This record gives sequence, C-alpha cells and structure tokens, in this order.
Amino acid sequence: MTFLDRLFDSGLLIDTGVEGLYARSGMFEDVITGFERLIDKFSGETGAEVIRFPPGMNRSYFEGSGYMKNFPQLAGTVHCFCGDDLAHADLIQCMAAGEDWTGGQKASDIVLTPAACYPLYPIVAKRGNLQAGGGLFNIQSYCFRHEPSMDPARMQLFRMREFVRMGKPEDVMAFRQEWMEKGKELMAQVALPVDIDVANDPFFGRAGRLMKNNQRDQNLKFELLIPITSVSKPTACMSFNYHQDHFGKTWDLKTVDGETAHTACVGFGLERIALALFHHHGLDPKLWPREVRDALFG
Amino acid sequence: MKDKIRELLGKLGGLPVAVDTLADGADLYAAGLSSFASVQLMLGIEDAFDIEFPDHLLNRKSFASIDAIAETVTAILDGQEAA
Repeated sequence: MTFLDRLFDSGLLIDTGVEGLYARSGMFEDVITGFERLIDKFSGETGAEVIRFPPGMNRSYFEGSGYMKNFPQLAGTVHCFCGDDLAHADLIQCMAAGEDWTGGQKASDIVLTPAACYPLYPIVAKRGNLQAGGGLFNIQSYCFRHEPSMDPARMQLFRMREFVRMGKPEDVMAFRQEWMEKGKELMAQVALPVDIDVANDPFFGRAGRLMKNNQRDQNLKFELLIPITSVSKPTACMSFNYHQDHFGKTWDLKTVDGETAHTACVGFGLERIALALFHHHGLDPKLWPREVRDALFG
Repeated sequence: MKDKIRELLGKLGGLPVAVDTLADGADLYAAGLSSFASVQLMLGIEDAFDIEFPDHLLNRKSFASIDAIAETVTAILDGQEAA
C-alpha cells in the first residue's frame, strides 16, 4: 500500500480523480495551520509586511516575469468562454458529443500563480524605491504546477509560504544564510530529519540544462530535504533562493539609493511539510510525540 | 573562429560594454553576461558552427571567456570529426 493510498484511506487527503489534485481533511488543515503558526512564532521576522495572494495572478505580470522562458511546461493559464449564443450552442453540442469543447476558450487576464513571490515583485516595484533597510514580506499563496504525479508530495495545486527580502546584496544574502540555519532549527522542533543541499530549478529543455548548471555553480538555490516517499530521493520542503538582481532588473525594483535591488526568498512547501509530519509521526496527530504536539498545537 | 564568437557575443550577449574592449581571456560574467544571455549565446553558437553542446559542456565554464568558448567549440568539432 503506497503512502498516497494510506492518506486516502485515513481521509487526510481526498481523491478527486486527478493526480496531484486533492481535497484536504480538517485534520490535515489543522496541521498546516499549526505549522504556519510555528513559522510565525519562530521566524523573528516581526517587521515583515503580511500579504496573502489568491491562486491567480495578473497575466501581464506573469508575462513580464519571464516564467515562460524557463518553465513553460509547468505553467497553467485560465481560459474562459467569451462567445455568443451560437458559440454557446456549439460548445454544449461538443460537450454532449464528447468532443473537444476547449478550442474556443479565450485566455483571460489571469494566470495560475506558479510561485508565491511572483506576484509580489511588480506590486512592490510599483510603489517606488524601497525604504532604507530594504523590504521584508511574509506571503502565502496557493500555487499551480502542471506536473501530474502519483507522489503525494508532488501536487499540482499546493500552498507555498514565503519570506521575501529585497535590498542590498549583502543584506539579502545574510537573510538567506540565516534562514538556512533557522530552517534546520525549526524542523528540529517538530522532530523531522533534514538535510540541506545545493539544488536547481526545473528549467525546461537543453537551454535549461545550462541554466541548471549555472544556478548550481553559483550556489543560488539550496533546499531543505526530508525523506517522505523515498529515502534515496528526499523531498524539498523548504528552499532558499538568491535571485541576484534578476527580479530587480525585471521589474525595475530599486533600493532607497536608486540601485537595482537584489532579492532572496525562503519558501515552505506547506503540504509537503504536513506530509513529512504524517509520514514520520504517523497518520493520527493525537499520537504524535508530546514535543511535536506542543510545538504545533500548544 | 574567435571573430565569429565575438560577433555572436555582441549580438546575443547583452553586455553593457563593447565586445571590442574585451580581451580573449576576459571574464564574460564579470563583464555582465547573464545566465539567460549565455543560453542565447549557446543556441547562437550551435547554429553558427552547426554543433550541439553535449550535456557535460553545458556549464558556466564553457562560456567564461572568448578563449573558453573557442576551446569548447574546437573540442566539440574535433569530437565530431573523430566520430
């Protein structure tokens, strides 16, 4: 019996008939709520501006982000019916006949958010230069990635919690370095075994191979890994990313002195962390070790 | 070969400085070659020399300087002749 089967059997996740698209039980959500509270308590990022995003973002921001240059295989766009009565009649006829009815759907102004911080940079850039000391944000969003899988730790729709730092290179790099330590301490509080390793994003195609190697050679991405469905291939439950001036240049985001801002983000895969807790401590949180329960629900 | 590489670098490298001002051994990343521009440059070089970079040469080192690019392209061309 796979871990996914056990999650379905216990009712923690509910099958929808699509790989990677699951409903969550109240218990599952309690664990995520508990962990998010622990993040807030633990983070020390008290001055951060809190922003919660809907799961879709402005299509023009998405286009400007360059996401399609690097990850076209993962993106999801929102298309809608925009026709007249005749087109509607055609549509329902196609559906009734089991034929493709989606060809006439038109792209809307909304794209599914691929990562929680993608909508943030253009919003902050529009406000003008950053204040002295730079910016710090506490964000969360449902995110979409088109990668159907039977691995419950690879969902198509999932929540990403992030802290994002913007400012001078040295401040941004120090932020990321501190979080690599804090991430380990945080996971120790809920008794999860972790490893931190250099990583790369899933850049598309042969050009992507060069991007992946560049990213690794420059140590731009690290992941905090926890075994969930495999010991040999543990799952990335946090990531620590230094974007250099990529988003600063893309969005003309400037420091108080008018220099191009550097950015870094620390991300938590909330469903993955919940799954790691269920995998390591059992499917019933009432039976979890005392210290883990205290950390999450105390 | 280096003239061709310089021409492609000028067209695709997106450098803030003129390619003429760079020595063959100059560090292109220090000169402002971005990751994305290096991808464009890689594709342009493949097209111009009718080669395909093998995976083990798709790295930062291969594009570090005009000399490094020429060495990489030469190695690929030599390998193709041998094959």
